[in-house]
Amino acid sequence: MNNAANARKKGSLAPPPCNIVVAGLGGQGVLTATDIIADVALRAGYDVKKSEIKGMSQRGGSVACDVRFGAEILSPMVPAGEADFLLALEAAQLDTNRHLLRPGGVTIEPSAVDAARLAQKKMLNVALLGVLSARLPMAEDAWLESVRAAFDPKYFDANRQAFLLGRAGNEKNAP
Amino acid sequence: MDAGNKHLLSGDEAIALAAWHAGVALGAGYPGTPSTEILESFSALGGRAQWSPNEKVALEVAIGAAFGGARAMATMKHVGLNVASDPLFTAAYTGVAGALVIVSADDPGMHSSQNEQDNRRYAVAAGVPMLEPSDSQEAYDFLLAAIEISERWKIPVLLRATTRVCHSYTVVTPRSGRDVPPAANFVRDVKGRVMVPGYARPAHRRLRQKLGEISAWNEDCALNRVVPGGKALGIITSGISFMHAREAAPEASVLKLGFTHPLPMRKIAAFVKSVERCVVIEEGDPYLAEAIRAAGIPVEAKPEMYRFGELDVARVRRILAGETSPEAAPPPGKPPQLCEGCSYRVVFDSLRRLKCIVAGDIGCYTLGSLQPFEAMDSCVCMGASLGVGLGLRHVLPAEQARRVVSVIGDSTFVHSGISGLVEMAYNPPPTGHVVIILDNGTTAMTGHQEHPGTGRNLQHEPTRKLVLEDMARSCGIRRVQVVEPRAGSDAFERALVEALASGELAVLIARRPCILIAKELKEYEQREQRCQCQEKGEPCAATL
Repeated sequence: MNNAANARKKGSLAPPPCNIVVAGLGGQGVLTATDIIADVALRAGYDVKKSEIKGMSQRGGSVACDVRFGAEILSPMVPAGEADFLLALEAAQLDTNRHLLRPGGVTIEPSAVDAARLAQKKMLNVALLGVLSARLPMAEDAWLESVRAAFDPKYFDANRQAFLLGRAGNEKNAP
Repeated sequence: MDAGNKHLLSGDEAIALAAWHAGVALGAGYPGTPSTEILESFSALGGRAQWSPNEKVALEVAIGAAFGGARAMATMKHVGLNVASDPLFTAAYTGVAGALVIVSADDPGMHSSQNEQDNRRYAVAAGVPMLEPSDSQEAYDFLLAAIEISERWKIPVLLRATTRVCHSYTVVTPRSGRDVPPAANFVRDVKGRVMVPGYARPAHRRLRQKLGEISAWNEDCALNRVVPGGKALGIITSGISFMHAREAAPEASVLKLGFTHPLPMRKIAAFVKSVERCVVIEEGDPYLAEAIRAAGIPVEAKPEMYRFGELDVARVRRILAGETSPEAAPPPGKPPQLCEGCSYRVVFDSLRRLKCIVAGDIGCYTLGSLQPFEAMDSCVCMGASLGVGLGLRHVLPAEQARRVVSVIGDSTFVHSGISGLVEMAYNPPPTGHVVIILDNGTTAMTGHQEHPGTGRNLQHEPTRKLVLEDMARSCGIRRVQVVEPRAGSDAFERALVEALASGELAVLIARRPCILIAKELKEYEQREQRCQCQEKGEPCAATL
């Protein structure tokens, strides 16, 4: 819990409990993105729950996945109107899921990173995690460790680059 | 994902891990969302897991293993238990020598199912004990408890989970080490296992006696617990609803039921007495509320509108507030569709163009009912395309009957289409009939599992292949044709037009591998080649 305690002291980052919804289309990496968030939160010592609906996840339809972390998490689903963050891998999914955001909640959309600077288009999910990470209490190294674990090691350098692109571009936006 | 001995597992993975730790000797099932990952994870851990052609066979195999004194598990989605219900009801009479756990993964809200039936009713109907976990830790603990209960009372146990338990990842702290279960050994028990009327009558009485004992034992069972809170509001709940209810009403006292058949009525009555108002919070059918009220215990049930769909924190708040105003529908997302480049697109283009009346079935291809194809007229259950198509052919006027086609996928055909084909040859409609088997070489919708028609087992290793065209011919269908549906080619449509015009019984196999698994298929084929070369003792090109 040290990370969380430090974060609260600094008062610069969103304190847990934290509700995150990641939305996109099947095949865009929504589930992997939430795996990474859940992993880094678990290793930081939080209680974590993640809920996914993946029956249609490879057929190009809307996919949304919830991650919650904090001292004790009950329901695995982010209640409507209580999401702190809505991370959308496809812009149209913002409107589909906006009702989940709390007043003052933060949206992170594809335009938050310069897609032209990504080694591969499909690394958008990792880049947007970089954006998100700048607003959460877990340390950069911890995030990169979870990114490393989530993919084939041969893609780590490119993924690291994508993550840092998102993170660096948005640190100044931290609340 | 893990930190120390804490693992972030899905409910399915937790069930698999518990089965592994319990020394389950055999897990059998048929893929179905949200149950599929249980056997895949069990196999990955080193467990002996297999896909059977359908859930009925899977359960029968598990029953056999449990008759042999082993610990066995059968897994399926909720509708799979309909298929397996025949063995379930009588296995409750026979009981088992070892342990038998049946995992039913229900899908309230129908994320990926054709109905939202509540399989808690099966526990009552068949007369088997039932446990309902509410997160992955409980999925783990309850599988272990189910094995113990099954072994102690020699009875099959139903572990009933739901989508949000199966597919939510929550922290699990497993116990250490694996059990060494008793070795399998056959002990003859003709009166116990042969359910002819003379033996089944006493077996039914034995079952009811066991349930009576289990019911008394359940009164003090640790799987049901009270979360103390205020006296003003009491909540009785089970499964995932427990989590929503705790979050929606942190001030309430909660009776959390984990062992939900037979119910601990004395415990429930005492809890209800201890609070001023008592509401039952449950997803799906009002199973708990009805049973508790039937026992003469006054509790509030949810309003009827909450029978439909999943519960969540907001809906539980509404139930507690007695709110029955219409609920705002969430904005519609983008519906799924057949993949770009999917060969089934060619088939549905033709079906639409030829104005066919399509009796459909269950799989990816059910998406052919949506835009832009809208080329499917019915979808009932696994295998129903055959029977429904034949029924239409029998009664419709000839000019309509001649346009009726049954469309079924390869895995679904093996699951329960074969009997329909036998029916077609046995009771042929006067206008003939056309069955299209969409063969993409995998159980695609559930995440690309193997089936007997792929010639590979759950572990993707080679095994005897069921050849669909041979099967069709041996059922008595003379007009059997294999066509590759390709964009830009009219070969499939020509074959369909000819089959429809023939007035005969025809099976058209539209065969082209699913584009999503092209890479995996290549690997499997190389592996098969290696195996064959090893058998022959020849050098193998696949290893060079």
